[in-house]
Amino acid sequence: MSEFITIMKSELMVTAIIFILLFIKLGKGIKNEHLLAGIQILLLLNFAAGFFMNFEASLFDDMYQTTPLIAFQKNILNLGMYLISLLFADWFKKTDHLAEFFILMLSALLGMFLLLSSGNFLMFYLSLELATIPVAALANFDLQKKISSEAAMKMILSSAFSSGILLFGISIMYGVTGTISFAALPALLDGSTIQVLALVFLFSAFAFKLSIVPFHLWTADVYEGAPFAVTSFLSVISKGAIAFVFVSTLYKVFQPMHTVWYNMVMVLAILTMLVGNLFALRQQHIKRFLAFSSIAQVGFILVGVSSNNDTTGIPSVVYFILIYVFSNLAAFGVAAVIASHWGKEKIEDYRGLYRSNPFLSWVLALALFSLAGIPPTAGFFGKLFLLTSGASNANYAFIGIAALNMVISLYYYLRVIRSVFMDKNENPVTPITIDPYTKLGLIICAAGIVLTGVLSPVYDYIVSLLQVN
Amino acid sequence: MNLLLLLLIPLVTALAVLLMQNKQQVRWAAFIGAIMQLVLAVLLYACYRTARLGGQTAAFLFEKKYNWFPDWNISLHFGVDGIAIAMILLTSFVVIAGVLVSWNVEKMTKEFYFLLLLLSLGAYGFFISLDLFILFFFLEIAVIPKYLLIGIWGSGKKEYAANKLALMLMGGSALVLVGLLGMYFGGAGKTFDLLQLSTVHIPVATQRICFPLLFVGFGVFTALFPFHTWVPDGHSSAPTAGSMFLAGISMKLGGYGCLRVATYIMPEGAKEYANIIIVLSSIAILYGAFATMMQKDLKYINAYSSVSHCGFVLLGIGMLTQTAITGSVLQMVSHGLMTALFFAVIGMIYERTHTRQVEDMGGLLKVMPFIATVLFIVGLCSLGLPGLSGFVAEMTIFVGSWQNADAFHRIATIAACMSIVVTAVYILRAVGRTVMGPIRESYVHLTDARWNEKLAAIILILGILAIGIVPSWLNELVKPGAAIIMQKIEAIK
Repeated sequence: MSEFITIMKSELMVTAIIFILLFIKLGKGIKNEHLLAGIQILLLLNFAAGFFMNFEASLFDDMYQTTPLIAFQKNILNLGMYLISLLFADWFKKTDHLAEFFILMLSALLGMFLLLSSGNFLMFYLSLELATIPVAALANFDLQKKISSEAAMKMILSSAFSSGILLFGISIMYGVTGTISFAALPALLDGSTIQVLALVFLFSAFAFKLSIVPFHLWTADVYEGAPFAVTSFLSVISKGAIAFVFVSTLYKVFQPMHTVWYNMVMVLAILTMLVGNLFALRQQHIKRFLAFSSIAQVGFILVGVSSNNDTTGIPSVVYFILIYVFSNLAAFGVAAVIASHWGKEKIEDYRGLYRSNPFLSWVLALALFSLAGIPPTAGFFGKLFLLTSGASNANYAFIGIAALNMVISLYYYLRVIRSVFMDKNENPVTPITIDPYTKLGLIICAAGIVLTGVLSPVYDYIVSLLQVN
Repeated sequence: MNLLLLLLIPLVTALAVLLMQNKQQVRWAAFIGAIMQLVLAVLLYACYRTARLGGQTAAFLFEKKYNWFPDWNISLHFGVDGIAIAMILLTSFVVIAGVLVSWNVEKMTKEFYFLLLLLSLGAYGFFISLDLFILFFFLEIAVIPKYLLIGIWGSGKKEYAANKLALMLMGGSALVLVGLLGMYFGGAGKTFDLLQLSTVHIPVATQRICFPLLFVGFGVFTALFPFHTWVPDGHSSAPTAGSMFLAGISMKLGGYGCLRVATYIMPEGAKEYANIIIVLSSIAILYGAFATMMQKDLKYINAYSSVSHCGFVLLGIGMLTQTAITGSVLQMVSHGLMTALFFAVIGMIYERTHTRQVEDMGGLLKVMPFIATVLFIVGLCSLGLPGLSGFVAEMTIFVGSWQNADAFHRIATIAACMSIVVTAVYILRAVGRTVMGPIRESYVHLTDARWNEKLAAIILILGILAIGIVPSWLNELVKPGAAIIMQKIEAIK
């Protein structure tokens, strides 16, 4: 019994927090500020606890597995959750159903944890659903906004569709091989046409969740409609978790079919980067802008995935997601502060921001430079390592396209920088007093952006986790 | 001597600038930091000389290696040879002059100096790196400060120019990146280390792909034709110190990269593509010179003439003789000092007359004798008058080029020589119209240079004279570095 508790401690911690929130909800009303502070402390504890007692183990006949690397991946998500609870404090304090909001969000997180640990397709499917359905409810959280309901509707429909495809793929796979266990599957894969078909279906389900082109169409609409906290949850936590699972599934389970999926990954990476970047060029709305930029980022992740090399591919993806958590959350955090004080979400509204709000401007600049991959921010290292692992197949044309895409992406990131630092504005944003929690969150993000890259021990740590594995 | 100091001093200065309370403190902090950089650079030169005279024969001295990302074989590997020291000296001269001429920047002073110092950090890091990953890291560090300097403090079509510059330079570094990855996987077994890569033989097939990527990538930085289009826009829109840094330091990053990374590591590639380099750089030299004739704006004149002068750098590399390569390093240093001074003077004139159009000026010698004299000196240096640095550098390149006895090289050399005539035409015309003739009434009350401007000009002129009158010290400094590169090229004959 005690073994069970230590092995599943990440999941149990999250479940415990969910229960605490449920009980709080049962009792008398607590002021939002106090509740939020409590939640933040719980999430911080949860994050801190994630560093301890991580080892390799499995439960329930290999249905649930954990390794130090998986534990670290979960902890990256924990960190993201904690940052979200800090960054969007303004909005959380105003919302009517704070406890429910976090209950839903943590349930989705629990689903992602189980997804990361799943050892067979049954567990995989169930936890994926758990990770998706609460998010659809979350997207609808701005009840008074029509666009929010629309976002939720689009989200649930596209998720249902991708779940259907996933199930279909799993069924075919089971039909051909007679097993749903990840451990038994590789030996039974021979690359026959029907298996390729099953792989394509599974792949498209992943593509939906990661918003890989051409399965990306829901992304911008959902991002735009959902509240900032949900958008950033979707684009950082949810995407991060799926990316982790995607890499490990391809590398571990579908290793025998790597010649098949290598080509798929390569073509989709090019498409995703190009479409994400080209569509981002003309976006006016900051959320849509970040939506397309995050699509392009997934394209870069795919470049790293294409390496098909455990020792470089996996750590570079994990490292990139860690950096991506800091960078993207910082960008969303700044956008949320401006939106909540000014109700403005257009890039042109950011003109002249630097004069009145230098702190916000610098954080935004750091975040965007990191997303663009400019040194000395961490994003430079993240992207470079992805490209280096991708280049191990000596496919230089592919890497060249990826590198040129970095230039395209720089163009639109610079557009925002230009608005903030250079353009003049007759009635600029007035100085904003930032909520202390938000400020703390932004400072953590900025520190993460600066330090995660330059301090090489972070990367070494991720690699060392892999070697234990 | 620990080379990390070269990185620490700009870094500490930049952070100190951020902590300062008022603009005056910011200026002095930056100035003191710049003086320390200059002292350090000169000290480094002295140490290097002593070590060489003491019989140290290693290609790179003061080597230091710290592990950075061991899983990728990336290390903070620093070391310098004579070429790097020449570039470091150049950088420190331009930095101090840039800090001095920006004394009256009132808009966001703190940020301005912070970015200038960050730019200098990138340049020093680039010149001392012996690991290609960190070399690339420092190359890219320098891009964003340039963008912001032009976009925020610039004039004219500044946003357009800043965007163009940032995107073209990033495009160049994207090519460099692919080339570097090619060497990482195609060379000495997954390493970015310059010394290791220089000892192994990289397969010729890899060199055929990687050499042009690296050369063109770095070439974008140093205005390789036809990727020079960012130069006129960028330079003319940048603030004075921005132009000085761009032309004086940043364009040299490209030349140094072409030499140190592309040519040194891939001699076969260099040999195969040498003729194309020569053709392109000859075009740049002539095109730049003729395009300058048509310009009416002083900054555009200097920007286009920079295209022409930087063409000499690439021409020297393409000629692949020891003298020519030495000459192209001399040209980098000389052009860096000269063009920085030129932009500084243009900035001083513009600040007083509020125009950069040559035809709107005249007779400035009467009211601002110091500035006018400096403009004369820099003009003469640009057209290659003996006794000034331009002559030494260009002459060395021509001598080196002439050592190639075949018709193709001879024609290219002669074509490049002819550009000097054109240079004389546009320089004498521009300088003459600006400082001589009758003075406009509105200019009568203008004042001459202030102490900071005089100091900046004097420092740069000293550099120009030091090379022009006694070129041997720089020649001796650079020659061994060029010899090592030539050894590799001759080994494949």
